[in-house]
Amino acid sequence: MEITVSHYAVLASMLFATGVYGVLTRKNILVVLMCLELMLNSCNLLFVAFSRLHEGAAGHVFVLMAITVAAAEVAVGLAFVVSVYRQRRSLDIDLLRILRG
Amino acid sequence: MLALIVLAPLAGAAVNGLLHATGLWRRIAGRDISPGAVAAVACASVLVSALLSTRLFLDLLARDAAGGAPATQELFAWIVSGSLGVSFGFLFDSLSAVMALVVTWVGFLIHVYSVGYMRGDRCFARYFAYLNLFVFFMLVLVLGDNFLMMFVGWEGVGLASYLLIGFWHGDSFRAHAGRKAFVVNRVGDLGFILGIFFVFATFGSLDYLEVFSMLADPGFASGVPAATATAMALLLFAGAVGKSAQFPLHVWLPDAMAGPTAVSALIHAATMVTAGVYMMSRCAAIFSLSPETMNVVLAVAAFTAFFAATIAVAQNDIKKVLAYSTVSQLGYMFMAAGVGAYAFAVFHLVTHAFFKALLFLGAGSVIHAAAGEQDIRKMGGLRGVMPVTAATFLLGALAISGFPLLSGFFSKDEILSALYHGGRGFFWTAGVVTAGLTAFYMTRLYVLVFEGRTRMDHATRSRVHESPPSMTVPLVLLAVLSVFGGFLNVPGFMGETFGFLRAELLGEFLSSSLPPHGPEIAGTPPTGFGHWTLAGFSVLAAVAGVAAGAVAYSRGPGGAAVSGKTASALGRAASGKWYVDEMYEAALCAPFRRLSGFFSDFDRSLLDGAVDGLGSFVANASARLSALQTGFLRHYAAAMVGGALAVAALVFLFRSAGF
Repeated sequence: MEITVSHYAVLASMLFATGVYGVLTRKNILVVLMCLELMLNSCNLLFVAFSRLHEGAAGHVFVLMAITVAAAEVAVGLAFVVSVYRQRRSLDIDLLRILRG
Repeated sequence: MLALIVLAPLAGAAVNGLLHATGLWRRIAGRDISPGAVAAVACASVLVSALLSTRLFLDLLARDAAGGAPATQELFAWIVSGSLGVSFGFLFDSLSAVMALVVTWVGFLIHVYSVGYMRGDRCFARYFAYLNLFVFFMLVLVLGDNFLMMFVGWEGVGLASYLLIGFWHGDSFRAHAGRKAFVVNRVGDLGFILGIFFVFATFGSLDYLEVFSMLADPGFASGVPAATATAMALLLFAGAVGKSAQFPLHVWLPDAMAGPTAVSALIHAATMVTAGVYMMSRCAAIFSLSPETMNVVLAVAAFTAFFAATIAVAQNDIKKVLAYSTVSQLGYMFMAAGVGAYAFAVFHLVTHAFFKALLFLGAGSVIHAAAGEQDIRKMGGLRGVMPVTAATFLLGALAISGFPLLSGFFSKDEILSALYHGGRGFFWTAGVVTAGLTAFYMTRLYVLVFEGRTRMDHATRSRVHESPPSMTVPLVLLAVLSVFGGFLNVPGFMGETFGFLRAELLGEFLSSSLPPHGPEIAGTPPTGFGHWTLAGFSVLAAVAGVAAGAVAYSRGPGGAAVSGKTASALGRAASGKWYVDEMYEAALCAPFRRLSGFFSDFDRSLLDGAVDGLGSFVANASARLSALQTGFLRHYAAAMVGGALAVAALVFLFRSAGF
């Protein structure tokens, strides 16, 4: 069976949906962050797939850029997580609701 | 020099008002100015005016003999706009000369008196600043050379009067009296300024000399439509009714007695309230265009004179008696003006200024000595302790009663005989009856205050003392003027009988600025009484009044009056001032307050309600909307996902629908 772009698209959608489900349901901040990464990388996968379909380099460039930026973003995110943990002694995201109206 | 007369009191007011009343001097010099210096500035500024007006008066007399023109001085062109040109200028003719002399000299005496009367008051400098300001505006009123200047002075004296009535403004009753005077005067002032508009519309000028030279031309005068003339004269008279406290706008004057007594003497007896008489004399040529208005003037004046006299009989406050007496005497002046005898009106104005200022200052002396007591039922027997005040007060009371050879006798008698010879028998009768009442209530006042046994309690009685010289000297000078002032204008028939008397001095002097003597309104001159008989009636009324008063009150006010219950309903009504204030309260003030209340409610409920409602709606709505912000991160994420899905669904739908 030939692997077509549709297969990649379906896989990327499944990864994205998994990420969304995780963000919406999990309580641990670290897990939420990991699910976010999942969503991000599903998009990267789509980029690469379509880049290959159109035989251009633009998609690859985007993905490399996104991965680079994501690395920095993860560093910042984890730093937040550490400081939140120091403050609250907990990583339960439901405890962080001081901005409620 | 003419402008200096006016400006000197303004300078005094500026020095006392800006430097001392504000405390500026204290900051500059480090200590308060002594009251003596304040008083010196105030008195000196008025004395300068008095001396200058005397000088100009003598010049005018000299020029008059040579048939010269009145003195004028224009400071600058005040308003220049199209056909309207108003100068800021002054005119010193015989009428304004008489007024200026009365204002400055009586004003000066009252300034001197005030030094003693107001000694120790915390606001000494402010008092003299206001008093000088009053003299300034009064001089603008009488010396201005056009109607607008008169109006400026007119409003200015109203302002000074308001400030001085409410001088002790910590007392809400006094502050309220000042406000009442101001508001009631506005009613008349509206008429006055509308009258001035009529003058400008008719004559195209506001300058006295221009307007009256136009009116001197019989062709022009007969060309003025009768309706215009009547409206103009009636509106001007409305102004006079307000300022001179004639019925029905008299209600403010008795309340104005809340001010310091020296103020009552200067403003509310001698000068300001006579501004209406001055204005009517000044506008004599306009009033002579409208005989109907003259009838109105006569009726209002005669009614006021009699009506106020009946109230004065029943009052127990020494100043209230004098206040109603002033209203009544002003009625006499307007009666004279109403019959066209303006010179007599001005003559009575002058003599009244003398004896009424004297009576008020005497009353002030009594109040000062009795530590603020004003109820004549609680006085009596003061002659022994205050001989100077008692003697001068007696002379003033006799003068106003029309006792023969005193000033009030001549001036009142001339007004009465002018009424009689003008064919106004009814008004003459009213005048004679009022003269009798005047004599009665003045005698009552004198007897209750100074004669008999004292009704004061022991503590007050031991403190009563004769006033200091700065108060008694003006009293003596005014008493001399009240006694001999009548010889300014001895009636012609007496001059004929007694060859050594120069008759009609004032009348002759005034003839250059007033229309010729005599009744304006053609009536049937009664052929009855001669001059001497008429004078006899006046004397009879005066003597009868004095005798009745002396007999009735020689044993004190009587049990009924002391207990505050007057025997008859009539007496109660008179002591209740015929309930005019209550009628105004019921007919005007109460409905006005209800209307204000309605608008206030309307404003608060409907207008404020709309604004407040909008505000609270937004506040409520945002409180509810803010509940959407739960603080749970996943709710926000779910909302974003939902939103993204909704947008995607929409795009998909529109695509498939073929947009």
